[in-house]
Amino acid sequence: MIPVSLYMLLGALLFSIGILGVLIRRDAIVIFMCIELMLSAVGLTLVSASRYYNGLDGVIVAFLGMTVAAAEAAIGLAIFVLLHRTYKGIKVDEINLLKG
Amino acid sequence: MILQWIVFILSALFAIFSALMMITRKNPIHSALFLIGNFLSVAVLYILLGRQFIAIAQVMIYAGAIMMLIIFTIMLISVEELKKVSLLKFGAGSVIGLVMTVLLFGFLASSVAVRTLPGLKGGFPLERIQELGPFKVIGGLLMTKYLLPFELASVVLLIGIIGAVILAKKER
Repeated sequence: MIPVSLYMLLGALLFSIGILGVLIRRDAIVIFMCIELMLSAVGLTLVSASRYYNGLDGVIVAFLGMTVAAAEAAIGLAIFVLLHRTYKGIKVDEINLLKG
Repeated sequence: MILQWIVFILSALFAIFSALMMITRKNPIHSALFLIGNFLSVAVLYILLGRQFIAIAQVMIYAGAIMMLIIFTIMLISVEELKKVSLLKFGAGSVIGLVMTVLLFGFLASSVAVRTLPGLKGGFPLERIQELGPFKVIGGLLMTKYLLPFELASVVLLIGIIGAVILAKKER
């Protein structure tokens, strides 16, 4: 059997790549995709832990995280469409006005 | 056994490759397609771990629903405007970000790359899951032990839908 720590290392690597993407990109949609990548990496870590511990709790937590990611996608993309109406192109370092 | 290793190495390499391609492509559509590839290879890893339910959920929810929404939004917000500006900012900030990311990965890797993890083992080894039925046992847990989180997840989805409608509505 493939050792579970390899899966967890892969999850850590994907999470780090997601954080790197959040830090170096300035396009809000790509930053959002990087956050989805990080959520998926955490799911991989949870499921591999559930395999290691012979349980199914990790699978259920990963599934609930998926539903949260879906709700987050709906709201986040609505915010992006709204921002696009105001700013024409969503670069996060140009959005600096915290008023309506 | 050897086949499992081959599948694991191929899908892990493809996951890393597609994640790196995703954060470096200029065109957001290309990033989104590489992210779909990444989600599919993670689903392959889930099947390799013997968790079929979450693999199917990964393909349907992440690679299907969420990425469809994202690609739809990228198409809605015209790609041409996004392509004109320089999307990667290389400077002192990104160097610091790279260093911090490497440090974070080192920290995470040092905490997970151990032979044995602490804690007790649960009651569902792979043979028992196969005997009970992999989908039936998850459904049973969702309907008994995790009923409250399951119902709360539906409330979260409902609030998400209402919030998206309220946000996207044109102001009068």
